[in-house]
Amino acid sequence: MRLTDTIQFASSSLRGSPTRTVLMMLAMSIGVAAVVVLTALGEGARRYVVNQFSSLGTNLVIVLPGRTETAGVGPGMMTGQTPRDITLDDAEALLRSPAVSRIAALTVGSATLSLDALNRDVVVLGSTPSLLEVRHMKMALGRFLPPGDIHDSASVCVLGIKLKQELFGNDQAVGQWVRLGDRRFRVIGVMASQGESMGFNTDEVVIVPVASAHQLFNTSGLFRVLLEAKNRDYIEQLKHDAEEIMFQRHSGDRDVTVITQDAILATFDRILMALTMAVGGIAAISLAVAGVLIMNVMLIAVAQRVKEIGLLKALGAPGRQIRNLFFAEAVLLSGIGCLAGLALGYLGSAVIGQIYPNFPVSPPWWSVLAASATALGTGILFSVWPARRAARLDPVAALAGK
Amino acid sequence: MIELQNVSRIFSVGDQEVAALRDINLKLGDGEYLSIMGPSGSGKSTMLNLLGLLDRASSGNYLLDGGNVTDLSDAELARVRSEKIGFVFQSFHLVPRLTAAENIELPMMLAGIPAEERKPRVARLIESYGLGARADHRPDQLSGGQRQRVAIARATVMNPTVLLADEPTGNLDRTTGWEVLKLLEGLQEQGISLVIVTHDAEIGARARRRIHMLDGRILSDESSGA
Repeated sequence: MRLTDTIQFASSSLRGSPTRTVLMMLAMSIGVAAVVVLTALGEGARRYVVNQFSSLGTNLVIVLPGRTETAGVGPGMMTGQTPRDITLDDAEALLRSPAVSRIAALTVGSATLSLDALNRDVVVLGSTPSLLEVRHMKMALGRFLPPGDIHDSASVCVLGIKLKQELFGNDQAVGQWVRLGDRRFRVIGVMASQGESMGFNTDEVVIVPVASAHQLFNTSGLFRVLLEAKNRDYIEQLKHDAEEIMFQRHSGDRDVTVITQDAILATFDRILMALTMAVGGIAAISLAVAGVLIMNVMLIAVAQRVKEIGLLKALGAPGRQIRNLFFAEAVLLSGIGCLAGLALGYLGSAVIGQIYPNFPVSPPWWSVLAASATALGTGILFSVWPARRAARLDPVAALAGK
Repeated sequence: MIELQNVSRIFSVGDQEVAALRDINLKLGDGEYLSIMGPSGSGKSTMLNLLGLLDRASSGNYLLDGGNVTDLSDAELARVRSEKIGFVFQSFHLVPRLTAAENIELPMMLAGIPAEERKPRVARLIESYGLGARADHRPDQLSGGQRQRVAIARATVMNPTVLLADEPTGNLDRTTGWEVLKLLEGLQEQGISLVIVTHDAEIGARARRRIHMLDGRILSDESSGA
């Protein structure tokens, strides 16, 4: 029997019981669609986190004060001391590493920003000129913090775009004076809109030289030091250098934490990947259920068509051919169900993408492949037994409907 | 040419053994017209199944056109059925979801004959069996007589050497039954062997050669001169 005839005959028997066929395909396609949509969501979450991290900068090594202990008591806690500050000199010293290309010191605090009668509490970022490059930020107007001595506490500031709108509206802002806490600052630039990244909206911050921020908040310790490695290959070296430099400067205490952006990213990547696989795996169980359903339906089909099988045998069909006919039915069922499921899954992903435009939902290729393979695999696997049963029927008994 | 040599068929029912056929010897020449008669349980259906290679003898030999088919594998038997044997059943056994034409086409499809060769053969048969207007009808849209004509067309589409009919008129009224019988006899006159199993003595009497069976044995084997 020819392949096209086999497929035609199998599809005619599927059409012969349309309700059953449609329900079967529905079960199969829901399983496939579930795998596709759920893994697309997981993959979307993973990409979202990756995007958020890369928007913070690339090849970053971050130095923060204090040593994070995962268990027990951190150094200094017993004596009631807070961890030793990272000073501006420490930050400058970090530049000695041959692996570093740029460095941005960071101090964070809040203060009241006022212009005439307008007041607003804002987040103040004390930093250095290279922050602009390190964090991949863009200017809208004017210029960023001027280069110079890190200890120089110039009275200049850069406004986030939203603050500029709130204070100045459409008026000229660059060159104007604003009050920040008890000091006056001249606006030298306005940041372009960066959007939110990692829950931190740069459109609503004021950026001042780090030394000015220290005076404003009466502190000498940095919140973070961001180091940018020359390229990807230098990240590990830079991390090691930073640890050593801080170790020496803090007279033999390892009281700072040095983390790489890659390490954080990789951790998130692993967690979210595992989550995606787990969710996809759970959805795949529904495919196995669909496979059992296919077996059930095929067994019913064999039972209902005993006479037909007997007839086919009488007309000269060997057992192998009858097995192939039922096989072809199962493949058609799971194949078409699988295609419908993929379409449904992509449609579902697209709808979610429309509702959450920031969320990069897209089914990963491996899940599409795995879902299709599982669908076809279970369909075929679970039809082996019914098909063999049909092939082995005794023609005389089958013709009599026994 | 069909020859059964000392053929027995024994069924196991529980721990009992029931002989449906006992030590049958039968020779059937090409183009013969044979009727097998007997009461229920006399073994006539078993005989027909054996002749049609649907069933295997428990002992003895079956020679078909000179070749021994007793020990062929299931797949080989299927091929012989496809090439040499046509079946006509009491309950027609048409595939309900296929049209008349598709039902007639089925044996050729199973044999792997290409579609372009199948269509003209089906068309010719539909024409000569007077089913022209009914080719695209499904079995449930056909009368009993039409159904049996479709079944006979299906049985002959592979040009078999022998046609085995099991009570071919059993589900038909008298008039249509006679029409179907005439059709089968017409085919026999064209050279095909015809074996009809029936318990209708009037129908059985029309055959040139008549076998009566009882308890798995051939009781009488009569021939009338042609």
